Amino acid sequence: MDFIQILAEATRTAIGPIAAIYALAAIGLNLHFGYTGLLNFGQVGFMLVGAYGVAVTTSTYELPLLLGVLVSIGCAFVLALLLGLPTLRLRADYLAISTIAVAEVGRLIYRSTVAQDITGGVYGLQQVAGDFYAWNPFPSGSYGIDAGAFSITFSARDVWVMTVAWAVVLLASLAMYVLTHSPWGRVIKGIREDEDAVRALGKNVFAYKMQSLVLGGVFGALAGALMAINQQTVHPDAFMPQVTFYLWAMLLLGGAGRTLGPVIGAIGMWFLLTMFDGLLRDVSAMGLLPGIAGGELGALRHAVVGLALVLLIVYRPQGLIGNRKEMLVNVK
Amino acid sequence: MSSESMAGRMPAPESHDRLSGVSPVPGAAKPDPVLRASGVRRSFGGLTAVDVEHLEVQRGTITALIGPNGAGKSTLFNVLTGFDRMDSGVSAFQGRSLRGLSGHRVARRGLVRTFQLTKALTRLTVMENMLLAARGQTGERMVGAFAPWIWRGQEAANRERAEALLERFRLAHMRDEIAGSLSGGQRKLLEMARALMSEPTMIMLDEPMAGVNPVLVQSLLEHITSLRDEGVSVLFVEHDMDVIMGISDWIVVLAEGRVIAEGRPDDIRSNQQVIDAYLGTQHDEPGAGGAEEGR
Repeated sequence: MDFIQILAEATRTAIGPIAAIYALAAIGLNLHFGYTGLLNFGQVGFMLVGAYGVAVTTSTYELPLLLGVLVSIGCAFVLALLLGLPTLRLRADYLAISTIAVAEVGRLIYRSTVAQDITGGVYGLQQVAGDFYAWNPFPSGSYGIDAGAFSITFSARDVWVMTVAWAVVLLASLAMYVLTHSPWGRVIKGIREDEDAVRALGKNVFAYKMQSLVLGGVFGALAGALMAINQQTVHPDAFMPQVTFYLWAMLLLGGAGRTLGPVIGAIGMWFLLTMFDGLLRDVSAMGLLPGIAGGELGALRHAVVGLALVLLIVYRPQGLIGNRKEMLVNVK
Repeated sequence: MSSESMAGRMPAPESHDRLSGVSPVPGAAKPDPVLRASGVRRSFGGLTAVDVEHLEVQRGTITALIGPNGAGKSTLFNVLTGFDRMDSGVSAFQGRSLRGLSGHRVARRGLVRTFQLTKALTRLTVMENMLLAARGQTGERMVGAFAPWIWRGQEAANRERAEALLERFRLAHMRDEIAGSLSGGQRKLLEMARALMSEPTMIMLDEPMAGVNPVLVQSLLEHITSLRDEGVSVLFVEHDMDVIMGISDWIVVLAEGRVIAEGRPDDIRSNQQVIDAYLGTQHDEPGAGGAEEGR
């Protein structure tokens, strides 16, 4: 594989459906952390209930897909209330602890034997996309650029998922832009800075934090629903805690507290992951990495990306499009 | 110093003079109390931080709350403004009970506080800090946020009022800077301007002069006095005796959570109990300072 091909493959992943799904979930996290200052370490929990909302509706109960999406949103709403009611009145760290625990407990419940009749337990659910692919308006074939070494092509199926997923990302970004440039956004940004000060000005801080948690959670659930649709199958172990940390990495890479931060972060992160993967494989094929092969390459790829993130935090703490002046201001 | 922005409020001319007939004893009744508290107690573990039998604050005056470290001043502030709950007791603002009201509801009633550690919202601009404080904004509802044409007019009116206040507090040139770039003293000014933006009936300032240079202290004092002259009631905590004696109409002295004296500056200056409390003749119970510092 030459370098041009690696670049093409990296670009392909960066604009593909998975990147869009991660971008959407990261937008939710950006609302939580970037704008409201809520430390949510369980965004994957919202993706979990979103994915299963669709899967259980279409596969277990054989109901329409759009109803499944509504179920996803409803589940995210309930999860946000469950998380927020006991913890949002407390200090920020309690929410952080609860979210990571609840997301993991949720995964264990969905994969438990007790829930197997509904969620499929450890086997997950298959054929969960309902009529989604029947609605595909793109005639089958290959789409994209096919220029010798630099070729990026998608199947009609992929193009359809990408269209829908990126459209949702666009709508979510627009909603975020409007919200964060409104007086509502001013209040949540104030809460991020100092919630007592905002409370002293007569704002119901708890209600705002809850609204933020619910809306960001709904974005996460929609990402989960798209994930189910894209893979046409759901499996509990796709929702491990590290998914949340990928989302955090993307958000920080792009720039928290910026409308396009999570989108650019998701695209950038998938580009880097795929590129390093290709490069390492090439280098390994040349015999320059003695003793490292196969699965270990995947681990090494993550280590390299991790190093890149560390360097980013040292030299560009505000992310790719963040504001350095804001970042470096002493917060208290 | 312009006072146009406060023109809507009823000035209470020389209402602080109405304190002249009040006898300087703890718990004295005032002719027109804006804030009243009775039997207020708050303890942390075994330590009673606040135990105020009765306290009234006269409308339209500058009332100072003083006392040695650990006297419970900040705790009393927190309890009265709904930022902390009281174990027992009642308080009323403008005749209406504040029982069980949380901090933001107390603020909506018109009793607005500031904090000992200045809370400028650092990554918001100075103007955003001001606009945040305006009351009853339609655009602050989540659904309303999506309909800018509904709140644009309100926003413009608020911006105009904020501009006038910033002008008055000599912060207008900083309007588009993030608040984190202000100096400590400017943050104090911003916090006060922001509190005014929320149109308070009464403002409670927790150590407004702490860590501020002498020149700025003078201008802060002028701002506080002009607030009073516009009819806003002021209750403030302060340590600097010159400041307190200079601008207060009435002084309440707190020691070990109790009101040990109140009166006009002259009454307090000569009060033996107050002198004892400050010089430590009255023995502090061990750990009595913990409550305030622990906040």
